[in-house]
Amino acid sequence: MNFQEIILRLQEFWGERGCILQQPYDVEKGAGTMNPATFLRCLGPEPWNVAYVEPSRRPTDGRYGENPNRLQHYYQFQVILKPSPDDVLELYMESLRRLGIEPEQHDIRLVEDNWESPTLGAWGLGWEVWLDGMEITQFTYFQQCGGIDCYPVSAEITYGIERIAMYIQNRESVYDIEWVNGISYGDVHHQSEVDYSTYNFEAADLKTLSTMFALCEEEARRVIELKLPQPAYDYVLKCSHLFNLLDARGAISVTERTAYVLKIRNLARQVALAYLEQREHMGYPLLKNKPEGEA
Amino acid sequence: MKRDLLLEIGVEEMPAGFMAPCLADIKELAQKKLTESRIAAERIDSYGTPRRIVLYVQGVDEMQQAAVTVKRGPKKTAAFDAEGQPTKAVQGFARGQGLTVEALEIREEDGVEYMTAVKEEPASPVAQLLPGLLTDIITALSFPKSMRWGAYQMRFARPIRWLLALYGEDEVALAIENVNSGRLTRGHRFLAPKEREVSSIPQYFDIMREAYVVLDPGERKGMIREQVRACAAARGFRAMENEELLEEVNYLLEYPTAFLGEFSPAYLTVPAEVLSTSMIEHQRYFPVYDENGALQAGFVGVRNGGGEALDIVRAGNQRVLKARLEDALFFWKEDCKKDMDELVEALRSVTYHEKLGSTYQRVQRLERLAVIVGHELGLSEAAALKRAARLCKADLQSSMVYEFPELQGIMGRYYAKEHHEPEAVSEAIAEHYMPRFAGDALPTTESGRVLALTDKFDHMTGCFAIGIRPTGSQDPYAMRRNALGLVSIVLDAALDFDLLPLLEKAYQGFKDFELQKSAAECGGELLDFIKLRMRGMLIDRGLPYDIIDGVLALDSSNLFDLHRRMEEIDAFREGGPWEDFMVVYNRSQRLSKDWSLTDVHPERFEHETETVLWQSVSALSTCFDAMLARREYEAILQRLAAVRPALDTFFDAVMVMAEDEAVKANRLSMLRHIAGMANAVADFSKLVR
Repeated sequence: MNFQEIILRLQEFWGERGCILQQPYDVEKGAGTMNPATFLRCLGPEPWNVAYVEPSRRPTDGRYGENPNRLQHYYQFQVILKPSPDDVLELYMESLRRLGIEPEQHDIRLVEDNWESPTLGAWGLGWEVWLDGMEITQFTYFQQCGGIDCYPVSAEITYGIERIAMYIQNRESVYDIEWVNGISYGDVHHQSEVDYSTYNFEAADLKTLSTMFALCEEEARRVIELKLPQPAYDYVLKCSHLFNLLDARGAISVTERTAYVLKIRNLARQVALAYLEQREHMGYPLLKNKPEGEA
Repeated sequence: MKRDLLLEIGVEEMPAGFMAPCLADIKELAQKKLTESRIAAERIDSYGTPRRIVLYVQGVDEMQQAAVTVKRGPKKTAAFDAEGQPTKAVQGFARGQGLTVEALEIREEDGVEYMTAVKEEPASPVAQLLPGLLTDIITALSFPKSMRWGAYQMRFARPIRWLLALYGEDEVALAIENVNSGRLTRGHRFLAPKEREVSSIPQYFDIMREAYVVLDPGERKGMIREQVRACAAARGFRAMENEELLEEVNYLLEYPTAFLGEFSPAYLTVPAEVLSTSMIEHQRYFPVYDENGALQAGFVGVRNGGGEALDIVRAGNQRVLKARLEDALFFWKEDCKKDMDELVEALRSVTYHEKLGSTYQRVQRLERLAVIVGHELGLSEAAALKRAARLCKADLQSSMVYEFPELQGIMGRYYAKEHHEPEAVSEAIAEHYMPRFAGDALPTTESGRVLALTDKFDHMTGCFAIGIRPTGSQDPYAMRRNALGLVSIVLDAALDFDLLPLLEKAYQGFKDFELQKSAAECGGELLDFIKLRMRGMLIDRGLPYDIIDGVLALDSSNLFDLHRRMEEIDAFREGGPWEDFMVVYNRSQRLSKDWSLTDVHPERFEHETETVLWQSVSALSTCFDAMLARREYEAILQRLAAVRPALDTFFDAVMVMAEDEAVKANRLSMLRHIAGMANAVADFSKLVR
């Protein structure tokens, strides 16, 4: 099974189960959780089921394309089920079968892992899913987003699709994954890994990045005032990515780090509040789609 | 008639660390709730796996025990007025008890008659009470972290997915959110996923066995232990014995099958602690060793399931470990390239504590203080110590310690060796964090010991000086561990020194910071805190608390000496003429405790018993100071005990409180001499026998 088949099968599987198949969000971000289709939609009472691929950037994880397992840019396949269904784990296990992974033939383990994003003021409880000792999925029941209690609770399933592909294709290096006939993951991404590692660790201009951070922070603040939650959120995401870049350049000391994180968290919280207010004002339109008889 | 009771809470996979406390809690809760509900039961057990919490109560009565409650009301005399009508007081009482005044009984207590409410609580069939009782137990379970799920309000460690509740062969009907109890259970998630109907409690245990679930954690743990040993032994290896890991693995699976995996011996160039930590922390594998304790290129993993497709599982695990070890090798090589002095310089940007500056500043303090401490403890050669103090925090800047914080110190030793630092330096670096936990090894080299003490003096002084103290169970700066470590090192190595002056020296290292406490306050509070930890530690080691308290009451900060006193007093109390000594101490102390010593004038003795006593006391007095200096505490107590005959005859013959003031002063001063010698050993008023 090649890389894009894995994506297609997951989309098919979750599409069949009522998920909206959204597309990646067009602002740099560290994880699929930061896509507004998760961060904002997990807030409030409206049901929401979605699946999408999310390109995720972790500047500090760059290894100049030399490490077979670490990348500064990789893909997550993200599923949000809100509220979390009672058989959510069974559903997840079925999705593995769709990828040709028969749980009986392996050792699949759910190992406690509590997810937390200090910059988003978000946390949840759940597991790492281990396939024969390898973490292939992060499974989280969201408890808070932007410092606000999530209710109903969403289940977030984040597949590490490169790892799954390496396992299925029995490859030792991420770059050897077959993306599609004759084209490898390395063909698509190796050079950009090298270039971004160089940029992130060496070339990025600290002064420019700091200035950009300040500008984005200011713009986020201004747009929050205008009660435009999603445009404001774009600038929060930009702040978060700029912070990660500064961090990769070693430009942030321990004490400064706390201050940066706090700034971003406060902005994220205000966006979350503005979003909730807006949805309430709209009368929670997605609540209408609920089946009859549910309170 | 009696029946057994079974409750199975089916959950999504529980955090491994929550299970053992949870199983203890549910047993205790069941005991409490049954007692409160007046339900007799013969035996309560709990079992569990990641997917189920099981409560099994044997021999539960079918009927609740009846209860009579008796509540005393107003006196009969205050209950009725002159016309014989009930007063407001008695009416109010009856109403409060839900009875009429007529229904109250008159009962006598100590000759007074009271209006008394006697209520019989009817006994209900237990089957009726169980739904409420089991619901209470489930909702009362609490966890370090709990969560909500779906659109429900319930909080639990992980979502509850089914409930099985049987009383004998009958279902107990209860509901937690949308989950209704019944007689259905499920086996192993993959090997027996179908719901199974349970007709009786004995059948439940049979079903679990068939369904790849080893319910009893003790049994499961035994299986894992045996399998891990056997797997390693098959290749002539010895698997690491690690209870903590075993406990965690035990709660990560319902049915264990161990397997042996391998990795390339090329990775053995990485320090063994790194490899084993990676195997344990990341993968929960048991590292394997040869008979000399050398790490081998293999591991034992434990799978949740049976032997099917074990080769696939093994191959998968080996691949994962390879990637991990590849990372470790990369970090090791990169870290070894870094100059240690440069790593130390980089500590300038690492905050130790916002009020106490950077870790680099801390290193500077350690360099200064270590030399002082070393001098005080008679360290012969300070060069290695100084160098070790300089380098001891360097590894905090390495990638490896960033990845595995528990390897701090250990990595420092390896880097120091790689950079050809003398062995005394590398050992002291490794040893300065010791002991890392209760029962851990203590430093064995001179420099290591001094640096370990210095590190603790500095850390504890800094924290106390800015007002950080552990409160309740909160001890984020590990003050208790530091204090215990300090005491352990001092006692273990018999380090004979006064602590207080060194704490003051440690305080001087913080002169550039804004502190809350003065040197005297800080040192005093810290000494009290350390003594308190010492007390707890010595009680655990079996020394009687009263002897410890009697000795710690002395104004001394020489922990070694204090400990020696305790041991000698304890030995003397067990094997010496203790009673004689205590009579001497009590008789002399009681009368003379407020007396200020004056010179004794033998010419004013009125009775020969005074002369005899004084001879006895003077003989001891002349050698007392020397004995005290030589710390012959047991011998001092022996000598004091021997004063008893002379003291007894003295008390029989004379009145201490004589009318003649000069005579009285003589006698009181003699007693004061005796008591003073005892008091120099310990405060014996704290002793209970």
